[in-house]
Amino acid sequence: MADAISDPDRPFPPGDYPVVVVGSGPGGLQASYFLGRHGIGHAVISADPGPGGMFRRWPFFQRLLSWTKPYAPADRHSREFERWDWNSLIALEPELRGIQAEFMDGSSDFPSRPEMEANLTAFAERAGIAVRYGCTWESTRHEDGPDGPRFVVVTTDGEYRCRHLILAVGIAEPYSPSPPGIELSVHYADTRAAETYAGKRLFILGKQNSGFELASGLLQWASRITLASPSPAKTSIETRSLVGVRARYVQPFEDSALGGGVDILAAAIEGIVTVPGGMRVDLKRSDNGMPVSVEADEVIAATGFTCPLRDLPALGVATFGQSRLPAQTAFWESATVPGIHFAGTITSGASGLKKHGIPSYSGAVQGHRYNARLLVDRLAATEFGIVREDPVIALGDLRDYLLAEATHGPELWHQKAYLARVVTVSPDDGIRDRGILPLAHVLDSDGPDAAAMTVEADGQGSIYPVVYIRRAGKVEEHALEPHPLNDYEGSLYRRNLGAILDLIALGASAA
Amino acid sequence: MATRDEIADAIAGMSLFADLTAPQLMGVASQFEEAFFPEGARVLRQGISGSAFYVILDGEAAVVVDGTERTTLGRGEFFGEISILLGEPPIADIVARRPLRCIVLPGAAIEPFLVEHPRVMFRMLQAMSRRLRNASRLRS
Repeated sequence: MADAISDPDRPFPPGDYPVVVVGSGPGGLQASYFLGRHGIGHAVISADPGPGGMFRRWPFFQRLLSWTKPYAPADRHSREFERWDWNSLIALEPELRGIQAEFMDGSSDFPSRPEMEANLTAFAERAGIAVRYGCTWESTRHEDGPDGPRFVVVTTDGEYRCRHLILAVGIAEPYSPSPPGIELSVHYADTRAAETYAGKRLFILGKQNSGFELASGLLQWASRITLASPSPAKTSIETRSLVGVRARYVQPFEDSALGGGVDILAAAIEGIVTVPGGMRVDLKRSDNGMPVSVEADEVIAATGFTCPLRDLPALGVATFGQSRLPAQTAFWESATVPGIHFAGTITSGASGLKKHGIPSYSGAVQGHRYNARLLVDRLAATEFGIVREDPVIALGDLRDYLLAEATHGPELWHQKAYLARVVTVSPDDGIRDRGILPLAHVLDSDGPDAAAMTVEADGQGSIYPVVYIRRAGKVEEHALEPHPLNDYEGSLYRRNLGAILDLIALGASAA
Repeated sequence: MATRDEIADAIAGMSLFADLTAPQLMGVASQFEEAFFPEGARVLRQGISGSAFYVILDGEAAVVVDGTERTTLGRGEFFGEISILLGEPPIADIVARRPLRCIVLPGAAIEPFLVEHPRVMFRMLQAMSRRLRNASRLRS
């Protein structure tokens, strides 16, 4: 072990670093990429033997839920292409963009798991992201360093010290509820090869995507499938968002509706017992409290995953919800322990406004890749003194610039009502492009007059641009009309947005 | 941090959910989501659309109108319902006065939820009537 620790070929030996990143999935790789581009010294450690995180193993049936469209109407190496590519990491260099499109065999716009793993591996290699693999984070503590408080990250290779810790460890720890007999079930994470369920009566606990993924994949093998959880199942088609079961997994709904051997129950589990020839799952119906029992040969708990935060709650990191997500600021820092930041799927703990009940897309690569960039930009500016000069926008260009962002900006499309294109207007400084920022931050902070452009959805099927105007410290919301082709660059939008921008930048409507 | 079992236990003691059976409480716990707000964080924003219905599990929230604090809300109390029922943006900011844990239901889910749980609707009407009475007393 001592040889492995001192191996000169392994980067980032234990020691002091300005920033330590834990994790080598998409979140860790993306954070390291931007730290590197800012020239911020950091170590990346990972318990895994190589890059990819959860995509080294899952989804179980080896096909993603997130699309990449290689022939989308934008150049593969452009920022605009990101709107059509949910799976590539983002980069400043055009040649590092849209990598997923290279690794698709044409059979589906949803890449296979190995194609996704190849995409992430290629990004890490081409971007020169170094990771100390096989180094497992074990515990964490505070200590006073020469420059103030810092964290000690204890690993299997030794101790790392840093002022800023970025955790990108996923939502990866299997979670099961605790009714009596739950030990008779296996977790989704331990599902066996599909053919071993041939002829079995299968009971799946949980009606999220993972439960329906298993049900879809095992339709041809199981003799009967029952899915149950206390609340009714919803599909993404009904919610018109990523809330609910995705369209790729709706086949069990149709089987259920047509009486094809799938039953979908809204019922709370009371317990699992062994009976001659198998198991019996006892439930109570959510609608009327009546008991119902289902016999099964196998019970799989597709009940989700939690954040493997180890001892961080003891350090003061507040968590919430079934997934034990850390509570976060708008810039993905622990809301209760400054200096601990998050990247990757964990950033879904910074829920933003969740307007109309629609969450951010931070639980997936197409959302959290932007969070990582903004997190690192913010750290660079506030902690490392790396401040960029924000570009000036001419008054005559402001309106069309914001409409082009609403029409084409991938950050706005993937993080609806969550990330915004922000410009500020002041007599001294003119009109400045402040870049992409979290909407909650813009709404909740003071500052000069500003306009924040977002794309939003109402959960009823409409997608439309919204511009928030901050003037004299107060914020107003102005929704623009939806467009049947999602093109917001026409004359109606120019006229309407121009009138709104006149509130803070007189003359914008005349451009 | 709370599992669904823990949330079901926590809300069982609240007057809003006092008439529900154990499976119904589990149903509520799985339909609502938990949210946490550190001290000073804004939960609802005056004039911003698309809000939700919140029930406080723990902590304290202030109701702030045009920068002036009007009242505070604590465990078992709820907010957000007026803007949802009227289909209008909230007329107040709701700000966490102490670290605040809530359960949340999106606005669009409120009508079907209340129709499915008429006893919760009745309890909600009682609570809103009490608020109205107290507000009328203050004015008279």
